[in-house]
Amino acid sequence: MSHATGTIVGVNGNMLTVAFEGAVGQNEVGYAKIGDLGLMAEIVRIRGNLADMQVFEDTTDLTVGGTVDFTGDLLSVELGPGLLKGIYDGLQNPLPDLAEECGFFLQRGMYMDSLDRSAKWDFTPKASPGDTVTAGEILGTVPEGIFEHAIMVPFAFKGTFTVETVAPAGSYTIEKTIAQLKDEAGNSVDVCMFQRWPVKMPITAYAERLRPTEPLVTQVRIVDTFFPVARGGTYCIPGPFGAGKTVLQQITSRNAEVDIVVIAACGERAGEVVETLREFPELTDPRTGKSLMDRTVIICNTSSMPVAAREASVYTGVTIAGYYRLMGLDVLLLADSTSRWAQALRETSGRLEEIPGEEAFPAYLESVIASFYERGGIVRLKDGRSGSITIGGTVSPAGGNFDEPVTQATLKVVGAFHGLSRSRSDARRYPAIDPLDSWSKYNTVVDNEVVAFAADLLRRGTEVGQMMKVVGEEGTSDDDFIMYLKAEYLDAVYLQQNAYDTVDGATPAERQKQVFGVIAEILKSSMTFEDKDAARRFFHELTQLTRDWNRLKTDQDGFKEAQARLDKAVSEVSKNA
Amino acid sequence: MHKVYHHVERIAGNVITIRADNVKYRELAEVTSRHGSSLAQVIRLEHGEVSLQVFAGSRGVATDARVRFLGHAMQVPFSDALLGRAFTGGVQPRDNGPTLTENLTNIGGPSVNPSKRIIPCKMVRTGIPMIDVFNTLVESQKLPIFARAGEPYNPLLARIALQAEVDVIILGGMGLKHDDYLTFRDTLEESGALSRTVMFVHTAADPVVECLLVPDISLAVAEQFALEGKRVLVLLTDMTNFADAMKEIAITMEQIPSNRGYPGDLYSQLASRYEKAVDFDTAGSITILAATTMPGDDVTHPVPDNTGYITEGQFYLRNARIEPFGSLSRLKQQVNGDTRDDHRTIMDTMIQLYAGYKETTEKQSMGFRMSEWDNRLLKYGERFESEMMDLSVNIPLEEALDLGWKILAECFDPVETGIHSELIDAFWPSNGQKPEAVAVASD
Repeated sequence: MSHATGTIVGVNGNMLTVAFEGAVGQNEVGYAKIGDLGLMAEIVRIRGNLADMQVFEDTTDLTVGGTVDFTGDLLSVELGPGLLKGIYDGLQNPLPDLAEECGFFLQRGMYMDSLDRSAKWDFTPKASPGDTVTAGEILGTVPEGIFEHAIMVPFAFKGTFTVETVAPAGSYTIEKTIAQLKDEAGNSVDVCMFQRWPVKMPITAYAERLRPTEPLVTQVRIVDTFFPVARGGTYCIPGPFGAGKTVLQQITSRNAEVDIVVIAACGERAGEVVETLREFPELTDPRTGKSLMDRTVIICNTSSMPVAAREASVYTGVTIAGYYRLMGLDVLLLADSTSRWAQALRETSGRLEEIPGEEAFPAYLESVIASFYERGGIVRLKDGRSGSITIGGTVSPAGGNFDEPVTQATLKVVGAFHGLSRSRSDARRYPAIDPLDSWSKYNTVVDNEVVAFAADLLRRGTEVGQMMKVVGEEGTSDDDFIMYLKAEYLDAVYLQQNAYDTVDGATPAERQKQVFGVIAEILKSSMTFEDKDAARRFFHELTQLTRDWNRLKTDQDGFKEAQARLDKAVSEVSKNA
Repeated sequence: MHKVYHHVERIAGNVITIRADNVKYRELAEVTSRHGSSLAQVIRLEHGEVSLQVFAGSRGVATDARVRFLGHAMQVPFSDALLGRAFTGGVQPRDNGPTLTENLTNIGGPSVNPSKRIIPCKMVRTGIPMIDVFNTLVESQKLPIFARAGEPYNPLLARIALQAEVDVIILGGMGLKHDDYLTFRDTLEESGALSRTVMFVHTAADPVVECLLVPDISLAVAEQFALEGKRVLVLLTDMTNFADAMKEIAITMEQIPSNRGYPGDLYSQLASRYEKAVDFDTAGSITILAATTMPGDDVTHPVPDNTGYITEGQFYLRNARIEPFGSLSRLKQQVNGDTRDDHRTIMDTMIQLYAGYKETTEKQSMGFRMSEWDNRLLKYGERFESEMMDLSVNIPLEEALDLGWKILAECFDPVETGIHSELIDAFWPSNGQKPEAVAVASD
């Protein structure tokens, strides 16, 4: 079947207007030609015989009268063994391979196979001739690092199929046919080890969606204890620049207790991706003992790379996450930053001269954001196992003001909100998640009632702190003052966490339960002091003792002793002791 | 063979529109009319119409102006002959040297493949404690200085340029006052750094479109030097003028503005410039320091706001001092772990205590009684401001750290600093005055 062709009639930034002959579809991909070079572009609007196309590359040198070849396909990614450890751009071009081909700079018009065509994988058949299968069911497996990578019936296959042949166990490349299936009409189709899937369509080859209940441990205390994230849930991290969004995401990508992490670095700094690129292969995953890179896929479309591909990158990420979810794995997708993606939408919308909504964002912003986060979730697979995608997106609100459209649209659809505050980051209180503003609808790793008590103490302590600014210390009662100090203490030793300390930087759920229990007891005990200075001095010392304790491993000498020192210090000032 | 056109259809702002065929997007053209000639660049193609922005401005361009297309996009000559020279935003000599035309290289080239970057790991020593101790500058970092107009950001840029150990300095001036340009030139000349400097300066009196070219030209040249293995420092001042020039063109082109009249792609435009900062695997590096003035001292203004999201931190310059709050070097963690064991702790502790001092001064100004703790903070804060924050302080990092311990020891007990015990044992000065002996500052 031949596809439509078109002629360029206008160029404005990365937007082309193309007069076409034949039939084209919305979101169809075409290539705009400059000599032998073809620049990938996607149709975003059709009016009469004119199609508006956003180009995923720099448009310099395109001319009116140039040709565009349409492909008939939507923007798709390749799904198959070899994705893990991958470093891709927003269109799933492998960046290390591009570097080998083109050197330091990204050349436009260079597109490469996402998956290695020559690598061989050890295939073990799981289906037998005669079996009936549907999309997403397993035909066989290949080992991919620490995982059993399932080769599934392509998700685009509709209806039921009968397995005719399956390749015997052996070593094959991904293009080799490993099974033949017969559809209901009796037509035979070949299946190889990889498939293509359009990124903007959710993969739904599972049995049903479930409610996320179980916590996903990130080992960040303020998150797991106070504002937890659920396996299969969604959360967002809005914050002004410099508040530590990206650092928090990096810590999470290292320490979160999940099978696979997909990092979609979308319109952010290249330097931050480079840290991940260079450091992950060196770091070991404490749960598997293998390199962290073995469980990571990086989609990286940094701020200086073309804007249209930035929009595609979050979809590329979530599509890959959806693929691994169907293997019964828990996947964490970290998108940094969704605001850049929204801005890409805004740039495109502006060039299309659409009627702008608030702050010139397009009117469809909310529904686009909502449908993206809805691609997360925990599902029951057709074979009864479950798999999940947890989505964590950062938001970079203009001026750090959470009232802007992207933050507000995101808050409507996520299950947890980790709002970062400038005042906390200025005071070097990291992670700068605001304990009063943030919320979560999921279950915590510790006792709910104790968390409620601690949150209440924090709120009242902060109120006393505010009040003290007006009435002064002398106008504050001793009880209020002690409450204030307790809140500050909780903040200093539990909410704040030193990401660069190997022990303090990651607190497992068990330890959180233990430490939080001890601290809650301290907070609950009633204390008496000679005067306010004595109280302050006591809490200074207590803070230091607890911080030292945080830096000790639980199985290390001195851990129990440090806890005992804490208890002793507290009992000396407690009335009830 | 390049076609010549003689009929201009529309002139609006600095943009002219003609009817022409086979014109490439972003191609350059030469526009000549009675009042002179100028380069122009294609910024939109629409059916048979071509819109060009005229670098020298559209003033005097006639409807019968001669428009000759050159067949290529904007280029800049590159060779060692650039060193020691000063040019305009249109790469015409600003000094008395010859015009350079050799070895042309494209500006605004593609971005670096992230997998060819390396993690920055070399500290840039500036001798300014507020930078070296608290917000260390790192080679290949991109960092703006946020300041109100009137703050001494240009002298600060010049001082860092002179003290930093780099091979090539490139100054990109946008909307620079002519005096400031001369000051830069003289400062660099006096210290002998002019011979490793290239200047591309658009002054406030020059056509606004040339302002748009300055960052691209400066960075294209920087990139070529870096590919030769040189360590390049690019100073851009003032990026707010650059953004305003962009706004001007966008409005002329009837683009839908997003925020305070700035175009919706402000973030992408700024990012594509700042992201040129790089440490190449197996070649040199580009470090970018840019001044961004904040209209109305408002950091939520679109230009500083978008910049902050792009750059790897920012320095706030306020009352001629680098503010410890808000100022941040995101890359400092890459280098400050290897300098001295106490570096990070001193950095965090001194800032936390300074924050306490700020709260206390608030209380003091409201007339509350000062507790013993408040008095210690007051004493500490004043010493911190005069001995650390003052921009005239010029000492190496190690001396600055020692000074930090000295100030802490003379103001506080070890436990009051919250520093963990191992470091206290190793670094706390034994002859520090006991806090009990401190005279109460106020009263």
